[in-house]
Formats: sequence, C-alpha cells, structure tokens
Amino acid sequence: MATEDLMESKNKLRAPVSQKPLKIEKPTDLTTIGGTVSVEINEKKVVVPLGTTILEACKQNGISIPTLCHHEDLCVAGVCRICVVEVEGMRTLQASCAFPITSPIKIKTSTPMVRKARRHIIDLMLSEHYGECYSCFRNGKCELQALAKEYGVDNLTFGHIDKPKYEIDNSSFSVVRDMNKCVLCKRCVRTCIDLQEVGVLEAIDRGSKTHISTFMNKPLAEVICINCGQCINRCPTSALRANDPSDRIWAGIDDSKKHVVIQTAPSPRAAIGEEFGLPAGTSMTREMNTALRRIGFDKVFDTNFTADLTILEEGTELITRLYKALVKKQDVALPQFTSCSPGWVKFLEHYYPEYIENLSTAKSPQQMFGALIKTFYAEKNGIDPADIISVAVMPCSAKKFECNRPEMHASGFKDVDFGLTTRELARMIKEAGINLPEMPKSDFDSPFGEASGAGLIFGATGGVMEAAIRSVVEFVLGKKTEDIFANANIIPLRGFEGIKYMEVPIGDHVGPVPAILKHLIQDWNWLKGATLKVAVAHGTANAKKIMDDIKAGGKFSECHFIEFMACPGGCLGGGGQPIPTTPEIRQKRAQAIYSEDESLEIRKSHDNPHVQRIYEEFLTEGPGGQLSHKLLHTHYIKRGSYIA
Amino acid sequence: MNQEKKDRKGTVLFSKYTRGEAIKKALSQTREDILFELRESKLKGRGGAGFPTATKWTIVAAATSKTKYVICNADEGEPGTFKDRVLLLEYPELVLDGMVVAGYTIGAENGIIYLRGEYEYMKKSLEDYLHEMRKDKLLGRDILNKKNFNFDVTIRMGSGAYVCGEETALIESLEGNRGEARNRPPYPVNTGLMGAPTVVNNVETLASVSHIVTKGGLWFKKYGTDKSTGSKLFSVSGDCEKPGVYELPWGTQISEMLEIVGAKNTKAVQVGGASGTCIPKSGFNRILAYEDAATGGSIMIFNESRNMLHVLKNFMEFFVDESCGQCTPCRIGNVKLLEGIELLEHGKCTFSYLSQLKELGRTMQIASKCGLGQSSPNSFISILDNFKEEIFDGNGGSYGK
Repeated sequence: MATEDLMESKNKLRAPVSQKPLKIEKPTDLTTIGGTVSVEINEKKVVVPLGTTILEACKQNGISIPTLCHHEDLCVAGVCRICVVEVEGMRTLQASCAFPITSPIKIKTSTPMVRKARRHIIDLMLSEHYGECYSCFRNGKCELQALAKEYGVDNLTFGHIDKPKYEIDNSSFSVVRDMNKCVLCKRCVRTCIDLQEVGVLEAIDRGSKTHISTFMNKPLAEVICINCGQCINRCPTSALRANDPSDRIWAGIDDSKKHVVIQTAPSPRAAIGEEFGLPAGTSMTREMNTALRRIGFDKVFDTNFTADLTILEEGTELITRLYKALVKKQDVALPQFTSCSPGWVKFLEHYYPEYIENLSTAKSPQQMFGALIKTFYAEKNGIDPADIISVAVMPCSAKKFECNRPEMHASGFKDVDFGLTTRELARMIKEAGINLPEMPKSDFDSPFGEASGAGLIFGATGGVMEAAIRSVVEFVLGKKTEDIFANANIIPLRGFEGIKYMEVPIGDHVGPVPAILKHLIQDWNWLKGATLKVAVAHGTANAKKIMDDIKAGGKFSECHFIEFMACPGGCLGGGGQPIPTTPEIRQKRAQAIYSEDESLEIRKSHDNPHVQRIYEEFLTEGPGGQLSHKLLHTHYIKRGSYIA
Repeated sequence: MNQEKKDRKGTVLFSKYTRGEAIKKALSQTREDILFELRESKLKGRGGAGFPTATKWTIVAAATSKTKYVICNADEGEPGTFKDRVLLLEYPELVLDGMVVAGYTIGAENGIIYLRGEYEYMKKSLEDYLHEMRKDKLLGRDILNKKNFNFDVTIRMGSGAYVCGEETALIESLEGNRGEARNRPPYPVNTGLMGAPTVVNNVETLASVSHIVTKGGLWFKKYGTDKSTGSKLFSVSGDCEKPGVYELPWGTQISEMLEIVGAKNTKAVQVGGASGTCIPKSGFNRILAYEDAATGGSIMIFNESRNMLHVLKNFMEFFVDESCGQCTPCRIGNVKLLEGIELLEHGKCTFSYLSQLKELGRTMQIASKCGLGQSSPNSFISILDNFKEEIFDGNGGSYGK
C-alpha cells in the first residue's frame, strides 16, 4: 500500500488495543528444584537434571528428534506432535518437547509406531500446505520441507490442497502474511504474545477452520503491530515474510538515469554470511561492499557514520535536557529514551503514548542518512535529489515502515526510498550470480564511509548506550574513556541480560566543554557530584517491564538515559536477519560486532573526522542546531490504540 | 425449590438420600476416613476416562498449596449424553453435597460448576439452590458450624466448545483463555486452575461420592463388577421405545439393556457417544463396564433401517468442527477421515486408501494431544471394521456402485 493510501485511510481506521495477551501454558520449571534422574533412552542409561524435557535429554545425548513447533526462544506448545516418542507404560506417544522428566522412565525415539506417526503428521501438514516448493521463497530454508526430506516423503498420501484458502495480507510495509503456508505451529503467536508482549496474532476459529489471525481479522497495517518481524524469524515456513522491495530496487539499478546509493547497517554484515553457508559470527563487511558494487549500486556507504552523528545529536539533546532540568529547573521529560529502533518507537507510540516526550527527537541512523544523502550529498556532487534512489540494508523489518512514515521527508523527498533486509540483500546477491564469501574486500565510499567502532556496536543490545557513554565520559570528565573503562569496553552494558543498569559517577573533577558543545553550555560545574544513571532493555517484553517500573515511580524513573531495542539481542537479532535465530546465533553475531569494534582505530563517535567535518561544512550551527533540527530530528505520534 | 422429581428408580444413585446427609457425616469424620471409604468403594471417574477418584483426591489432599479448587465438570457435551442434566435439575443435593465433601477432604475453599453453555436455562435454579444451601449453612463460612471449614460454589458458563469437557481445556477456559488442552504432565491435580492443585470431577462422580460417604464403600461395591463398582446412569437414545436416563449396575449386558429400553431390530449400539465404539449384533453379549464396553453414559441405538456410513459421517462432521485445532493429528486427521467417508459414499475410495486412513486413525489415537483426537477415530475404525458388508456391498454404502 502506498503511503498516501495509508495516510488517507488513517483517520477512518481504529483498531482497539488487542485484548490482554493470552498466556500460553508454561509448565512448572522443575529444573529449579535441583537433583537428577536416571532414564533410559533407546536402551542406553543416562542421567539428566530433574525436569529436563525428553527433547533436551535426547539432544544432550546426541539423539536427534525432529521438531517444528518447538523454538528455543519460546515457551512450550506441544502442538505439532512431530517430536512424539514412546515412553514405556504409557498408552499414547508423548511430545518430547513438552514432557518434563520427573521419574526414571524408559524412552524410545525410533520405533515403527513413532516413525509412522511422524510420517503421518508430515503428510497431514503437507496436505493442507498450499503451493509448491519451487515457487516459494523459503525453498531450501523451510523447516517443513526439511522434515519432508528427512522422512523421505515421496508421495502425498493424503492429497494436496489445490486452491488457496486465504488472501495474502500485504497491507503492512513490513510483514506479509500468507496463511495458506501456515502449519499452525503458533510460533508467531508465542513470539508476539510471550516474547514481545505485543499480542496482535492469535489463533481464531476451531477445528479445521482454525487459523492465525489479527484482531477482528483486520489487515496487519490496521492493527497495532510494531513491525518488529520477530514472528518472521521464527516462522518455519513462508507464512510470514518481509515486504520485499527488491524488484523495485533492481528497476532503479537498471535505470541508467538513477543514482542508486546504499547504506549498510552494522548488523547485516555480521550475519549475511549465514545465508551463504558460513558459520554465525563471520563478519562480511568488506566482501559485502564489493558485492554491492558488482550488483550495480553506485555508492556504498556505512550507516555507522550516521550512528556516530546520532550519538552527537542524541547526546547533545540529553545534555540539554539535563541542563534544563538541573540548572534552569525546568520541567523536562526524563529519562530520555533512544529512538533508533522503529519497532520500539511504534511500541511506545501505541502502549505508552504518554511518554512520547521522553523519546529522543534525534532520528535513527537510517533516517539521518537518508536526509543527508538527498541534501548534503546531492548538493556536493551536483546530483538532482529526484534522481537519487536511497536504499538502506537493515537487519530490520520495521525500518521498512520507518522509511515510509510521512514525517520522513526532511529533504523534500522520501529520505530513504527502500528498506532492504539482510535476507533480501542475500537473495539479490545470489540472483546476481555472486558468491559473497569469495568476493575481494573493498572499502566504503567517501564521504560517508568512515565510521567509528561506537557506531558499529549499535548493532548489539547496549551498543548505543556504550557509544554514548564513551563520548559523554570524554566530554564531561575530560579524560580518555580508556582511563576509566579498560580498552574502552564498557562491559556492564554488554551481554544478553534482558535489562541492564549502570551508574557513572561524575565526581568533583570535570573537564572543559569541548568546542562542539560550546554553543550550548559554558562549563560542567553543574554536573559535579552527580551520578549518571543509564539502563538498557532489549525485546519489547523487557521494555514493558522498564516502562511499567517508570510508571510506578520505581528505580528506572530515576534514570537519565535508557536504550530500548525492540528485538531480542538488539539489531543483530532483528526481524530482517537470517533465519534461524537462536540465543547462540545471536551471541556469535555479537562477538563479530564487538571484535570488529576492537580492531578499529577510531572507536568513539566524536573522534570520527568526517562527523567533525560535516559540522564544520554543513551543519554549521553544531549538534542540535537549526539545520540539524530540520534534517536530523523528528517528532512522534501519540497513537494509543489508533493506527495513526 | 427442588424441581419436581420424576419417579426414578435405581439402586445406588437414585436410592434414598436426604439433603446435607453426606456433608454432616463427612464433617464428623477425618479426611483420611473419607479417602479410605472412597478407596474402598473403588469409584472411578464417571466422565468416561475412569480414573480412580480416590487417587485423584489423595494427591490434591496431600498438596501443601494454600489454594485448591474443586471443579464440577458439567460441560456435558458428548453426543447422546444427558444424564448430568437430570442430576443437576432433579438431584442437585447429590452433586453439591459431593462438592462440599470434596472441598472438606482435599482442603479447598472454592468450588466451581463449569456448566455447559446450552444448560444456561438451569443456571437460575442452581443459583437458587446454592442460595438455599448458604441459608442452611451447607455452604459458606463455618459450614454446619464446623470451625474454619469454609467452602462456596460459583457457577461458570461454558461457551459451547466440546473440547472444554476435557479437564485441562476446561481449566484454560475458566482462566479466560482459548479452550485448548494443556500438555500433561503436569496434571491438574498438581498444576490446575491458576496453577493451584485442582480436582476436576464429573457431575455423576460427585453425586456418587455423596452416597458413598453416607452408606459406605462396601455398600457401593456390592453393585457392579469387580473392576467397575457401583451403578451408572445411561443416557439412552435412538431407535427404542423408551429412551431416557436409566440407572443400571455396571456389568449389565448390552442385550439386557436393549430389552429394558424396548429396542427392536437393533443393528448397532454406539457405546460412549461419538468418541466411543460401535458394537454390532455379534457383540450384544458384551457388558457395559470399564473393562469391556466403557462409556461415560451415552448409548445410541440404531435399528436395521439405519445407514451406518451416514451415522459415521455424522460423527466425523462433529469432530471436524469440534477439534480445538491446535494439534496436527486431530485438526487435519479428522478432515481426512471425513473426506474418506465422502469418497466411500461416492464409490471412489480404494481399499488401499481405506486401510491407510485406518492407519491414520491409529496414529491419531496415540499421537493427538488430548482425549478428543485420541478418541475421535474410534467410531471410524469400529464402524468400518464391524459393518464392512453393509458399507462395501452397496446396500447402504455405495462402494462399487
């Protein structure tokens, strides 16, 4: 749907806040009791912790059991029944993912009964699964297809549906739903309700009519979906996918009159290798640059550049807010919230609209980039901004929505034309006949090619905060970050704990105000003795915890700055990243990002010479100046239960 | 207020009982005494699954949790069952006294009647009855002046889903969720309503408890067979002269029952409702008991004029609609069985496909998540096995036409 259409209908649309998310069963966690139990698996005696599921016990002992509705990030469902096994003495087969071991049972994982049941289940799923594998974009990466292969399905015993039952819902800029491919594993439902606590998806109807739907069966664009795309990452088939703009990007590339530029975010480069069979955590930064040029992009830029810019704009905004609150005693919205994650922004707009003032007005790096490309860059290079097609490769499906927000026209044009996910870019690269790992390495293009490690770590949860602290410490204390945090690594902000909290005492010694902030304040004396309190949350379920705490006037309401990312793990676990996603994979991607950061010479945003230059040449009033405000800042919508 | 009682005769359930009797007796005993009598009686769940009631109660009684629940499963939804309706309308004292005894025995203060959506018309009279019990100190705080024994009952309405008769789906429904069966273990006796240990009993089970407490386990055991003690209410429908609710001891032969209800030219008896088994003439000497032809009470009689394929189709259409839709074998499996029946009707089902469907039915029986999918293929398999000639020779079915 085009922006205009959406905006035109926005006033008519109203979707109430979805009913209170429904709880999906969570068996009592027996592992907390402690103790072990000895069981027999396929006649082999093994000892497992009490409460271990049969599935885990088998996995720990090298026995593979097929799964479909099971997902490491999600609570147990036990609905697909593909993982059934025999437990001695029980009349029926047991779903191994849902069976906690509490007594010394005897398990058999591959008996004629088990194999027949699994084969039947696959046949049944295939009978209701519309379409052919060769015309499916998950071809080769589909879990149902993999199961069919594993179980040697060579004929469709129970037939095959020949007509689609449901209309494809491509109303959303971010997520496309094709329920004809759905196998009702409910991973998306559990993702939306339990993992993200958004709850726009739920099963409706019953029996053979059961299907996953939205509130009142409305199109996704008309319910309060935050576009995080976490459901896509966990869908075993192609029932959920991102809204793919690659055809239109190809058309731009093929049009010689168009100048097509691409910016690449830090997370895709840490993950795209997975699409080419490389292990998770293989960084492909410079190989990707070459591939992008070979595909036909005219310029390849680094989003980390505007991540650095974000730090300066957002950091300045924070200092301004603190100054107003502490010195001028004005009523200012604090804590300040980051605004880089468009999923989080929409989450706040819907669920906590009363806190809209707390969101930093600084745009996300993607949108800052877009605004600069069609102004500063176009001007410098004598290109008509109307001829520029600006593409952003992002780990994110919500970025597609973000670039279509009507607010994002600061340049007079649509600042970013297309948001492309890591997965979609990988397909474009493959379609161009390029094997990414074999590419020679090359650098980004000037002038937006040089970025700091601080911009790079935006990809991991805690990264924005770490980047901000690296700069704030040097600005305020006048000391090197390295003097306070070994090697400038701020460990308390790293890792995948749902919520992180940190205090930075300012002490009595403050430094001089750096030149870049001179237009705003004269000295730091007003911060003497203060303690800067910051927090980090990833996944909107954790964000909700912090927001509810703030509402209740708890510990987090005392914070000054809080980083929120909609996706578990931050951007590296984004809804546009390669599938599958597991805690382990996200861990490896984070390692790739942090080790690349350490290998860089410039690791603080304010040290980036190109950022310094842009403030000298273009944004001459400095961070937070008028032109900055026009191009690099925005406003948000108090949506509540309204769509727009 | 009691509804006009019909002149019902029976040795156990319809035997003489005075309102409040079981509560009075129970309160004069220890919990252990009651559990002993219950164990002695060998009472098994009357909903159909036949789980020993004493075991269920003992587990919950032993749980240390402060909150516990007694749920009366009055979601009588099995096609052809209507005996709980009779008990609730005409003998509420049996059911409610049984609930109070359960509350006393297991240490629960909250009882819930989960009433079938279609039974909304009896909600008012039940509420009135509860009100009367409260007035007479049979419900509420310090029941019959027994210090610190508090127990009250609320009525919650179902919404017409068959699956909510399954105890974990019923609990989900009570919690405000979609009616879908939970994974077991954990069982409701450990983790039931709102995570608390919960006893879920059928209406008739609770009614039996009232008699057992007043007259003793030995008395109860006198009736029925060794493995199926006591008597059972049967909801008899179909081709017979006197359909209705009958109390008969377990162990009654099917042929005896047919005589009692005035069934003639009987071709088949569906024992246990749509999810039960279909018994042909050759099996009429079988007995109604947990160990032979088990049933939650539904008896459907079909005479020679009935087309068994149509009967089966009717059952399968029911399951296609009433599957909750969460697990694969039940959601899609039932559709495939129904499609198979349609192929048979049109003479287009090959024997090899039919045997594949029967295999699928067997998979559904062992791989489905809950009792619904595990029992829905029963009638498919039994009717096709027992009425082969009729279905395949074109005399009723259309195979080969």
